[in-house]
Amino acid sequence: MVTGLINENPIIYPKKERRVRTDSNNTDEFAAEPIDQLEIFDILSLDIKDPEHPYSLEELKVITEDSVEVDDETSHVRVTFTPTMEHCSMATIIGLCVRVKLMRSLPPRYKIDIRVAPGSHATEDALNKQLNDKERVAAALENPNLVEMVDECLLPSDE
Amino acid sequence: MVEPNQLTQHLETFVDITRSPTQQDDSLRRIASSLENDTLSINQLVREMEMYLTTTDDVVRARGILLLAEILNSLKQKPLDNAIVHSLIGFFTEKLADWRAVRGALVGCLALLKRKNVAGVDVLAIAKAMIQNVQVQSFALLERKLCFELLECLLQHHSEAIITMGNLLVYATCEAIDGEKDPQCLMVVFHLIELLAQLFPSPSGPVASDASDIFDSIACYFPLHFTHTKGDEASITREDLSRGLLRAFSSTPFFEPYAIPLLLEKLSSSLTVAKVDSLKCLKDCAMKYGVYRMKKHYGVLWSALKDEFYSSTGTQLSFALESLTSPGFEMNEIHREAVNLLQTLVNQDISFLGFVVDDIHINTVFDTISRHSQYKEMPDTSKLDVLVISQILSVSAKASVKSCNIIFQTVFFRLMNILGIVEIVSTGDVFPKGNSTVSTRLYHGGLHLCIELLRASKDLILDFEEYSPTPGCAQESWCSIVKSFSFPLIQVFTSAVRCSNNDCAEDVYFGVKGLLAMGMFWGGSSPLSRSEFEKILMTLTSIITAKSAKTVVWELALRALVCIGSFIDRYHDSDKVMSYMSIVVENLVSLASSSQCGLPYAMLLEATSEVCSTGPEHVEKMVQGFEEAFCSSLSDFYVTGNFKSIDNCSQLLKCLTNKLLPRVAEIDGLEKLLVHFAISMWNQIESCGVFSCDFNCREFVEAAMTSMGQVVGIALVESQNSIFQKAYSVISSSILPAMESIPLTFAALEGLQRDLSKRDELILSLFASVMIAASPAASIPDAKSLIHLFLVSLLKGYIPAAQALGSMVNKLSSGSGGTNISSDCSLEEACDIIFHADFALEKKISSNGSGPSGLAWIGKGLLMRGDKRVNEIAQVLVECLKSSNRSGHALHPSAMKHSADAFFILMSDSEVCLNRKFHAVIRPLYKQWFFSSTVPILESLIMNSETPLSRTMLHVALAHVISNVPLTVILDNTKKLHPLILEGLSVLSVDSSEKETLFSLLLVLSGTLTDTKGQQSASDNAHIIIECLVKLTSYPYLMVVRETAIQCLVALLELPHRRIYPFRRKVLQAIVKALDDRKQRVRKEAIRCRQAWVSITT
Repeated sequence: MVTGLINENPIIYPKKERRVRTDSNNTDEFAAEPIDQLEIFDILSLDIKDPEHPYSLEELKVITEDSVEVDDETSHVRVTFTPTMEHCSMATIIGLCVRVKLMRSLPPRYKIDIRVAPGSHATEDALNKQLNDKERVAAALENPNLVEMVDECLLPSDE
Repeated sequence: MVEPNQLTQHLETFVDITRSPTQQDDSLRRIASSLENDTLSINQLVREMEMYLTTTDDVVRARGILLLAEILNSLKQKPLDNAIVHSLIGFFTEKLADWRAVRGALVGCLALLKRKNVAGVDVLAIAKAMIQNVQVQSFALLERKLCFELLECLLQHHSEAIITMGNLLVYATCEAIDGEKDPQCLMVVFHLIELLAQLFPSPSGPVASDASDIFDSIACYFPLHFTHTKGDEASITREDLSRGLLRAFSSTPFFEPYAIPLLLEKLSSSLTVAKVDSLKCLKDCAMKYGVYRMKKHYGVLWSALKDEFYSSTGTQLSFALESLTSPGFEMNEIHREAVNLLQTLVNQDISFLGFVVDDIHINTVFDTISRHSQYKEMPDTSKLDVLVISQILSVSAKASVKSCNIIFQTVFFRLMNILGIVEIVSTGDVFPKGNSTVSTRLYHGGLHLCIELLRASKDLILDFEEYSPTPGCAQESWCSIVKSFSFPLIQVFTSAVRCSNNDCAEDVYFGVKGLLAMGMFWGGSSPLSRSEFEKILMTLTSIITAKSAKTVVWELALRALVCIGSFIDRYHDSDKVMSYMSIVVENLVSLASSSQCGLPYAMLLEATSEVCSTGPEHVEKMVQGFEEAFCSSLSDFYVTGNFKSIDNCSQLLKCLTNKLLPRVAEIDGLEKLLVHFAISMWNQIESCGVFSCDFNCREFVEAAMTSMGQVVGIALVESQNSIFQKAYSVISSSILPAMESIPLTFAALEGLQRDLSKRDELILSLFASVMIAASPAASIPDAKSLIHLFLVSLLKGYIPAAQALGSMVNKLSSGSGGTNISSDCSLEEACDIIFHADFALEKKISSNGSGPSGLAWIGKGLLMRGDKRVNEIAQVLVECLKSSNRSGHALHPSAMKHSADAFFILMSDSEVCLNRKFHAVIRPLYKQWFFSSTVPILESLIMNSETPLSRTMLHVALAHVISNVPLTVILDNTKKLHPLILEGLSVLSVDSSEKETLFSLLLVLSGTLTDTKGQQSASDNAHIIIECLVKLTSYPYLMVVRETAIQCLVALLELPHRRIYPFRRKVLQAIVKALDDRKQRVRKEAIRCRQAWVSITT
């Protein structure tokens, strides 16, 4: 078993000031507000914690607002995340958490694509393949240990 | 009488450590009380206790001694014989050496020392025993604290006895406090040092000789670091401790050689707390140690202080409206403390100023300040230079008159030179340039410095005037310097303000700020002449009147004028009051009444009301001006039909309502002025004939009604009466006679098709608003005819008339009681007239939408005073909702809708009528009363309703009643109401026009779900509640409904697991759809809800 933490002392970044939503279109009851980058970023940054530390993925800069690409019309979302270390074995767990969180939070019409930022991880290709293989993801979610770990990360924060 | 064996029992209880603390306290109290009322003497007690006090059993002895000590402690008020005190002290002193029983000994000594009749010998004995036998730091917390308190008591109350101990005392104290860490003890320790310093003030005394040692023992606590916020030390905060430490530091000048270097060293630390504490402490020490001792540190102090100014100042200079009267940059705590220290030092010793004035850096800044003209072009370092130096110079100038003189003498000429105001003649003398040319380039750095200096000198005058009654500033040299430059300075600032380029917003800002600084010199000792002051006012006023759009400079100038105005008002400067009145106030007011200026009327009104709100005289002027303006505009409209005039009238009234009325309580006499205004409104309307053209003046009528209502609302009863008289005379000469002739019969009303003329409508509306706002004590002339008038207008669909009627029935006194004779009509008579017209009303309802709401207003008036007759009105309304009424046929759908909405009027709180502001008679719990009488009727009708329309409308009415009653009432009846609410929700969700009603009903439901009282019934009805909520999560017409429904679903998870688990699948299916909602807020709630429902598992 793993004895120590993989990244014992991660760098913590201050949370960025949130872009304030313009509430102008709120007055129109029937105007549609398509799902956008900020909304998905909010979903991901608020509730997902790092598997090792009590920090959110935003604070560790694993995910930034710019790393989310979304197209509401074609129902496609792509999240590119940057593990804190190149050999981080937690990257799979983080990726899985992101996928599960999005699966639970987005309408079923969405296709979710999770990627590791190019050059940020040693086994980048393998990781990408693993995270986007439907069957492997499904299999992973059958594993009670993994599910427990994922749920741990997805516990709602107190904010 | 305490029996001997009873006493023994008490003694045993206290000494036995296995007994509970309450039992022990109890026995202690009993013994003490028997001593108090002399049933037991001290001698008896001590004899009885002998065994406990002398036994070799350590525990029993310690408890015994403690008991005796505690008894003495609780007998503080009882005088004791000298001999007894002496022998007791002897005993306790001896026991101080017995470390096992030391607590009792300490408590005993302390209790005895607090008595008046302690001999010096005894005190000395205690002190000696304390010094010889007590090792303070080896004890536990409680004993240590007692030791320190004992020392404190000795030093504080018995100083003359122990002063002879000298060095020994100081030495022992140092030893005792060495290494103390507990906050409570430290508070005492810091005080001990202070007391010691007071006791030995002589330079040859023990404190002076041991200063180094004493200081060492407290120096280690600086800067104080204490982060505990909770726990039993809650009473002690970091601030208390730090203050105690500062007092100890500054307690004696003998600490100076050790304290100042330490504080300077800590000042250079990077910790904010250390810096702030050091600066505070340096300030206290500087005052306490005296000029002589501080002098040798000046050089180091100055450079440290300058560094602090530099590090605590940012480079952001604010050009905002709010910073016109402040230095214009953010100040942190370090900066504020640095300012205090600098001011103290300069104030205490003028020679410190030498360091400031001769500082090479400051002098080079003056040479480089003119390199950049624009502030934003300056590099950050020069920005910082300018801000810091302006701050340092102005703070020093503010310190004293002397320092102000020196600063002005040394720097002001140079500044004037930079700004191009002064010319240096070849002989080296300086002369202000005449009113010839002013430099074309404005140097922002220089301007800022100059303005800050002027502001500092202004503050100095104010301080000065507050302390000495004779104005003596005029003779001071700084004053004459400012005087000699005042004319060109005003010119420079004026030209900056007048700058018309686009990129000179900062020029303008500096200009206005400069003029403001110049305009705020106080009274007799002002360096400005009256004409100069007036010139400033004229410049600022002309900016306001000249601009035709709301620009930055306009707002700045207005703000500056308001500042000057409130300044003058605050310091009662009679000369300036006159200038301000004639130049600013009268000018603006006359513009407002002539409306002949380029400025948009709204801006003119804003400027006038802002400026005039600075003082009561100004307000008076303004109300009079507004009155004139109103009258002339209105008559202009009548004569020429100029729409602009009537528009001006409405704006004027709005300004009056929004700006002035809220301040009635603050300004004396405003009420009278406003009443006068209201009466002249009536006069004007009376004298005007018919409108010359047909013009939809809805806006004007509404503004007039609001103002009239509000004025009457705040007026006293006598004033209300006079307004009533005036209004009645107007109405009786116009529409009243015509109306009175119309009988209240259906036929007569049917034939009455002609609408009111615009003028009549205005008069009627205004009269209604007077009626609405009047207090119950006001006398209503000719009430019966008025009721008739209002009834007729109501039947013609005129709602304000209905509100006036509601207000009348609410406030009229009820007949026979005879308490109120001011009215010629009692409630009973009024009701008779109104209900007699019932027949006509009921008919009218079918053809006219305003019928039910008019009826509802009357009903509301009755309901609020708790009158039973409201039921008759409710009856009429309910009748309209039935699918077939008495005559056998259903009403028109829109009439039913109006009748249903009438319940909203009945139940909700209104802003326009029948509220506290308008003196409504309100019976407590009237809503509950109506709720309990109406709901059963509506409920049974819903059961028996035949058509869907009728059922919907009954539900709308019920929803209004339910959602306007306090939630506690609902919670008491959830069992009965839940099915009704749920049925209502599903019925209302069909029609988009009921979305608001639906939402308020849903809020009631959510209230019942979150309260424990409602949860039992919610649990019983879980299946229908969930079904209903699931349907509402896709309600298309209102986003908040979907959002609230989802929140309710989350709230349902509080119910027992077995009740909700069966619906998990159903809820999740609905929520997945909500995840794709078109509104972001709904999606966010859906995510939360889904997470919550997913996580309930078997």
